Amino acid sequence: MSTPFYVSPQQAMADRAEYARKGIARGRSLVVLQYADGIVFVGENPSRALHKFSEIYDRIGFAAAGKYNEYENLRIGGVRYADLRGYTYDRDDVTARGLANVYAQTLGTIFSSAAEKPYEVELVVAEVGSEPEGDQIYRLPHDGSIVDEHGSVAVGGNSEQISSFLDQRHRDGMTLAEALKLAVQALSREPGGGEREIPAERLEVAVLDRTRPQQRKFKRIVGRQLARLLGTEAAATTPTDAPSDAEDGDSTDTGTGSASGSTEETGK
Amino acid sequence: MEANTRSTGRLPAAFLTPGSSSFMDFLSDQSPEMLPGNRSLPPLQGAIEAPHGTTIVAASFPGGVVLAGDRRATMGNMIAQRDIEKVFPADEYSAVGIAGTAGLAVEMVKLFQLELEHFEKVEGAQLSLEGKANRLSTMIRSNLAMAMQGLAVVPLFAGYDVDREKGRIFSYDVTGGRSEETGYAATGSGSIFARGSMKKLYREDLTQEQALTLVVQALYDAADDDSATGGPDVARRIYPIVTVITDEGFRRLTDQESSEIARSILERRLEQPDGPRAALL
Repeated sequence: MSTPFYVSPQQAMADRAEYARKGIARGRSLVVLQYADGIVFVGENPSRALHKFSEIYDRIGFAAAGKYNEYENLRIGGVRYADLRGYTYDRDDVTARGLANVYAQTLGTIFSSAAEKPYEVELVVAEVGSEPEGDQIYRLPHDGSIVDEHGSVAVGGNSEQISSFLDQRHRDGMTLAEALKLAVQALSREPGGGEREIPAERLEVAVLDRTRPQQRKFKRIVGRQLARLLGTEAAATTPTDAPSDAEDGDSTDTGTGSASGSTEETGK
Repeated sequence: MEANTRSTGRLPAAFLTPGSSSFMDFLSDQSPEMLPGNRSLPPLQGAIEAPHGTTIVAASFPGGVVLAGDRRATMGNMIAQRDIEKVFPADEYSAVGIAGTAGLAVEMVKLFQLELEHFEKVEGAQLSLEGKANRLSTMIRSNLAMAMQGLAVVPLFAGYDVDREKGRIFSYDVTGGRSEETGYAATGSGSIFARGSMKKLYREDLTQEQALTLVVQALYDAADDDSATGGPDVARRIYPIVTVITDEGFRRLTDQESSEIARSILERRLEQPDGPRAALL
């Protein structure tokens, strides 16, 4: 029998990390942004049925980049964890922090266990508070660390470039239309520095909206409402860079956006 | 196993195992002792004394369905609670009203709500109305052992069927037997009187407002003849809980709205104590 080659722990971990990162980089990036009334999730996703974003509990949303079957498993585990905890104690006792810890432990154990292949996923767990100060966003890379984020966060292959783009432009108290527009701009950036167009049909958008009267704050933005939020905005931004024009466009946007939001809500 | 969810440790394997979209199935694997149906009772003599909820009524109208309940819970001949809530939203398009042992019934509703929500989150789609009604049936059946010892829960389930575009009502017996009702239904101790009242007043072409008045009239008649059903309590400002479900979803009438309906009925009953009369022929 031949003796196995010696691989230093550092090297083994670096290999595993590289493997996971490469897997994550194959998928499209997604962004999560705070806006005035909550938190918006935006990503490029050609599928109508296989979601990148979903509801975990009343105020908690989930976003993931990477390998679908792996993050879907984690998502369902999170739903089960949250529902069991809420049933055992109270709905208020389910928190994003608790959920993020559980995910971190799970990812961390898998990452450092030699018997398992590391998960090729990067997660975001977000909880909307009753005030913007209460919003929480946690980013969970493949190795099980937790990063407490504020304002905006990007995960996935091109996330570093998108993050720095968002960091420069994101500010507190943006309207939904402004935040959405910024998110799409950020996602449209190519790694090489170019830009490409992402049509509305390829976008998956969801919000945790603190103004929703329902206990469950998660809502997908689809169809007419999404087209309206993006459509009017496209008309307003036709002149390449005119900040005042964009401002005007956005303020009307917000009006139609929130109005359409309420009609959709009652129409549901 | 349960300790694992309390600590911040790794999710147990069962949490990450692909499988059922049902929270009840998951619970019965993970913490079976938390399922109401899995509790075993010691041998008892006679019935257990616990607060009981009484009358729930429902009526459908073109475009939706109305579900309402009185506010009284009784324990033997005592009024245990005057302002109990017995009608709950099950999800966006359905509601459940419960008669029977109040404590168990409220727990059952909580589990039922969670069951529907859990399925919706895991699958990304809602159960059909039929599926929801069947799920409730399973829950009642699992409670049979307790029902035999006097702790029965008999709900009334109403919802808007998005596929068929109409309101539907399902009634249950203690064994979990389920039957769809046409037009109107009632459950609980005052249901005999409520049903008689609705039988005379119900028409297929009621408007939403008329349907709302109809169910409150029926509750008034139930309270009139059944001591376990509470009528509108004007002095304490406790009025029936009235809910309506249409294609716009579930809505509970505000206290203001339900008090207006109850008061206008009360006023007319001062002149005509037996209420509106149907034509003889």
